[in-house]
Amino acid sequence: MIETQAGKEAAVAAASDISPVPAIELDGVVKEYQAHGEVVQAVKGVSLAITEGEFFSMLGPSGCGKTTTMRMIAGFEDPTRGTVRLHGQDVTDVPPNKRDVNMVFQSYALFPHMNVWENVAFGLRRKRVPDQEIKRRVGEMLEIVALTGREKRRPREMSGGQQQRVALARALVNNPRALLLDEPLGALDLKLRQAMQIELKRIQREVGITFVYVTHDQNEALTMSDRIAVMNDGLVEQLAGPREIYERPATKFVAGFIGTSNLLSGTAEAVSGGTATIRVGDRDRVLVPVADGTLEGGAVEVTVRPEKIRISHEEPGADLSAVRGTVAEVVYLGTYNSYAVNLAGGAEFTVFEQNARDSSITAERGDSVWLSWQPQHSYAIGS
Amino acid sequence: MRRKIAPYLLILPGGLWLVIFLVVPLVFMASVSTQEGDVVNGFVQTFRLANFADALLQYKTQFLRSAGYGLAGTLLTIALAYPVAYWIAFKGGARKSTYLLLVLLPFFVSFVLRTVSWKFLLADDGILLQPLKDIGLVPADFHVLQTTVAVVGGLTYNYLPFMILPIYVALERVDPRVVEASYDLYSTWRDSFTKIVLPLSLPGVFAGVLMTFVPMTSDYVNASILGGPANTMIGNIIQTEYLVNNDYPAGAALSFTLMAAMLIGIFVYAKALGTENVLEAAAR
Ligand SMILES: Nc1ncnc2c1ncn2[C@@H]1O[C@H](COP(=O)(O)OP(=O)(O)OP(=O)(O)O)[C@@H](O)[C@H]1O
Ligand SMILES: [Mg+2]
Repeated sequence: MIETQAGKEAAVAAASDISPVPAIELDGVVKEYQAHGEVVQAVKGVSLAITEGEFFSMLGPSGCGKTTTMRMIAGFEDPTRGTVRLHGQDVTDVPPNKRDVNMVFQSYALFPHMNVWENVAFGLRRKRVPDQEIKRRVGEMLEIVALTGREKRRPREMSGGQQQRVALARALVNNPRALLLDEPLGALDLKLRQAMQIELKRIQREVGITFVYVTHDQNEALTMSDRIAVMNDGLVEQLAGPREIYERPATKFVAGFIGTSNLLSGTAEAVSGGTATIRVGDRDRVLVPVADGTLEGGAVEVTVRPEKIRISHEEPGADLSAVRGTVAEVVYLGTYNSYAVNLAGGAEFTVFEQNARDSSITAERGDSVWLSWQPQHSYAIGS
Repeated sequence: MRRKIAPYLLILPGGLWLVIFLVVPLVFMASVSTQEGDVVNGFVQTFRLANFADALLQYKTQFLRSAGYGLAGTLLTIALAYPVAYWIAFKGGARKSTYLLLVLLPFFVSFVLRTVSWKFLLADDGILLQPLKDIGLVPADFHVLQTTVAVVGGLTYNYLPFMILPIYVALERVDPRVVEASYDLYSTWRDSFTKIVLPLSLPGVFAGVLMTFVPMTSDYVNASILGGPANTMIGNIIQTEYLVNNDYPAGAALSFTLMAAMLIGIFVYAKALGTENVLEAAAR
């Protein structure tokens, strides 16, 4: 028992390769709810390790189990199966008030009958921290979130952004070993949201605490995170850095969920030297980098991002992947043009073209065009 | 123009109702309270303010007793109602409305009838006391009826729902996330209750006190059915003055004195324990 436990931890440590003991670790965590006599699996088996000091995001569509996962880390839900570890310690049966993590709720959940100062001091008071120290730490924290001078305000006398910062301060002041944020910016308008994103990132750098961030806004996740777990239907589809998630989506779901992506179905013809040749439709062939032995022929899907594609009237060089199509729509979007192109094989592609110095448009509606891209910008994905 | 009239039209029916059935009788009673005379020869208005002093002095004991019973009953209802409301609000689950209906069920039976049935329950040879006497647990001459315990018990029983409901409503409004946040910030159940749940539900207790203390203090049914001569409340006195002695000026003066005392009491209570003040204190 002890041996397998140690072995498992070593494996996890090797995988996260920065800190030997992850700040937060979920091991085969499942959560089932009983609803109207039916069993609902909100989380279907999540294993992940979050590194100390990391900005870790959980991203996914509504109802995919992000909140449930987070609530299991905080201790508000007991996993049906699996283990939750904080800094190597099994806390699966530890109540929330005994866990060294703090949560920022989506609705802020500030104490309405207390002013800002009392809200922020609440956790320290419960921990019986000496008054003098409470005074100092609350003061410092209010400075960090730029709320000095607002100590006497009640939550309802503050704007959404200010309440958000109180919620943040109330959690951070306790020096938790990890901060859990459940769509903390969900209720804010776009401008404030962007300002708070920068603010949150700054605070995280300043305090150096592990942030676990739940969002269903992909831009937010991509810009803020060190790593992202893309979740769907109670499972983690991909866990990687923002660049990899964007550039190399591991599954069809991730490719479709993150950004705009183009999907091409084809048949693998030949695999050699790390490159597969995929036949698309009757006439076209594209090249895709693959690890040898992972693709043996048969149906595959290829994904490529719109901004990686070049649109042209002439046939591109043979070293590029190229497909033929007809321009169905051209949309001028200021900094770039967006083309909708119907491929000969039936797929519809989106292509972004940077508006360079001469704001000319390469192709018009109805034109027959070639779409081409570097093979290393496309990926074969399992479906 | 039309927009300015509409709000007034809305309060017209209710306003008229209040004027006809509350204000008019009040004015009439105020007038009666300073008159002199008797039913046979009629009453004449003499603006005799001494009616009030007489009433107050003569029935000082009953006034104080009523206030005492009202206070005791109110405290008892809080103690009994709070756990019930808490349980329904937080543990009631899908059956909340059923439990609320159960709380209201006694209202389907007449107030007087319910109190009378208490009389049977608590009778010296009733189903409660007789068995206890038979097995010698209480002495043979032990009785509950005609005691303070019976009257305060009856008051508590009759007004309990009026305390449960407002507390329930207040607890129901407490955001469960806020309670979770308190646990997240290292609260024990006790911390969470005393610092968060209780303060946030105090407006409900406050409303409940108004809804029980006032009618309990002026109640006369419980004292007349369950109490004895030593338990007479001011409500009973007013009733006697009106219906037995036919001394309308005395009855009116007593009623007004009671009303004034209660208004002042409520005002002081609201000032001292106003929601804001209470929350202020609880936040520490
Ligand atoms: N208490 C509960 N009882 C029954 N089912 C629940 C309960 N809580 C969550 N679920 C179900 O579990 C699934 C996951 O819910 P969860 O709240 O974790 O989603 P989410 O990813 O946070 O979604 P959102 O982005 O909308 O907040 C949903 O299908 C939801 O209906
Ligand atoms: Mg959620």
